[in-house]
Amino acid sequence: MSADKKMGADAVMAKGWLGAHKWLLLRRISQIGILALFLLGPLAGIWIVKGNLAYSLTLDTLPLSDPYVLLQSMLARHMPEKLALIGAAIVIGFYALAGGRAYCAWVCPVNMVTDFAAWLRRLFSIKSGARFSRMTRYWILAMTLVLALASGTIAWEMLNPVSMLHRGLIFGLGTAWTIILAVFLFDLFVSPDGWCGHLCPVGACYSLIGKTSLVRVNAAKRDACNDCMDCFVVCPEPQVIKPALKGAAKGLGPVITSANCTNCGRCIDVCSKEVFGFGLRFNHKADNNAPQGHATALGNRP
Amino acid sequence: MNTQRPDSKQAARRQFLLDMAKTACGVGMFGLGLGLYARQAHALPPAAIRPPGALPEPDFQGACIRCGMCVRDCPYNILELARPEDDLATGTPYFVARKIPCEMCEDIPCIKACPTGALDHQLTDINKAKMGLAALVDQETCLNFLGLRCDVCYRVCPVIDKAITLERVHNFRTGKHTMFLPTVHSEHCTGCGKCEKSCVLEVAAIKVLPFLLAKGELGKHYQLGWEEKKKAGESLVAPEIEHQYNLPEGFKYEQGPGLSGEAVAPPAAQPGAPQALHGDKL
Repeated sequence: MSADKKMGADAVMAKGWLGAHKWLLLRRISQIGILALFLLGPLAGIWIVKGNLAYSLTLDTLPLSDPYVLLQSMLARHMPEKLALIGAAIVIGFYALAGGRAYCAWVCPVNMVTDFAAWLRRLFSIKSGARFSRMTRYWILAMTLVLALASGTIAWEMLNPVSMLHRGLIFGLGTAWTIILAVFLFDLFVSPDGWCGHLCPVGACYSLIGKTSLVRVNAAKRDACNDCMDCFVVCPEPQVIKPALKGAAKGLGPVITSANCTNCGRCIDVCSKEVFGFGLRFNHKADNNAPQGHATALGNRP
Repeated sequence: MNTQRPDSKQAARRQFLLDMAKTACGVGMFGLGLGLYARQAHALPPAAIRPPGALPEPDFQGACIRCGMCVRDCPYNILELARPEDDLATGTPYFVARKIPCEMCEDIPCIKACPTGALDHQLTDINKAKMGLAALVDQETCLNFLGLRCDVCYRVCPVIDKAITLERVHNFRTGKHTMFLPTVHSEHCTGCGKCEKSCVLEVAAIKVLPFLLAKGELGKHYQLGWEEKKKAGESLVAPEIEHQYNLPEGFKYEQGPGLSGEAVAPPAAQPGAPQALHGDKL
């Protein structure tokens, strides 16, 4: 991408603004919609969903629980009640199919904060940044599990910005906004994609859950790529794109198989050549040069 | 990779190990800080009372996933989730008795709502709840201790006459009145906090405290002689010596009923003599 050309401008020209922001808009609708469902109870007295992302009960029947917090609780030597375990099983099952980090892109409220920081970074061309390993999140994940085991408490929940923001918005934020602001400023000035892409153990846990997930982004029409680099610029995990987009020579398939891909679909949006699309994991395994048309179309909630 | 010279391979390995060490140290230090911070919240601040059935504090923090289901299902909106600035573990439920006490619902909806059992589902009788323990912490300001008949904490107690009784004690100040001292019995107190909420003072003289803070514990080897005697059905120290009272002719003193016999002539009020001791041998 040249300095004077705006990222995604080609896509807007080719597909129109709406076409170039389709998945982004759907994602925002999903994120805000889920938050709204949780807020409908306390604000309007319409109780569709009770609880928060740690555990919720929808329409008094569907339990959903966060497997990561439940795992910490079990390591702290407590066995949860049946309903929480069923909820975790449903969540694990869903994300094992839909892509683990679809949670990050489509549900997590912190994503809107860090996306905003990333947008500002691009807008003001903030290039500075401490670079450190994207593996750090797995170290932190391991650390929180060890901490739960050693302390007998869910120590990570004292600090977890993800649950703090979501719980705060529903039950009262208090000074939790300072932690969210810290995440925002960290992403804006200290490290690009610093929180979600490098540190967050919640996302790391969902990565592991969705390691072999069915729903994947693929670069089915990678032959049409014109090397504009927009997808690399917009992607919060750019390292996942390269093997799928440029791996034809090495015999790699066009499906993005990395568990760190958040299935956010921004690469699909910003590509003017419509190289990317949602599809299934085992689609296009063999075809390096001749894509078999479009990937299986999917709904707005992968 | 296999085209690289051995020394560059070694350098790459060295870099890899250094990066690993850097990350491990950073994360380790972060974990240490978080662990120490989490330890600080181990002790529940005295003003915060957990909902009924809550496990003992460190266990509770391993069991509670901070989902707020108990908050939602409390019909009186008593519970709150701790915010980061509060002194207790972020996101965990509590209530402040002086603000709004537990109504002790018979069906205990908060426990039913808890998906993890941080609120123990074994507890089905709210009268067996141990949210905390009321303690009359300030006898200097309690109106009943001052000789008045406030009695409010006693009257509002949902387990009246069991959890709080009024113990009658002679008022030595006036010499002729009885003080009705509110007395908490830990066996029956649920820690609901109604007494603290209703205490008429500016600052409550009776407070609900975490059980560990409010309750003493006898030495394991302590035996209460009178209990042992009751259990055995007889005195364990034989022969039991009966105390001989030196009383005027015709008087008799028994434990319990007290002095009996001929009409007790009130001793002429002697200035300076403690009036309280009338009827007794001075």
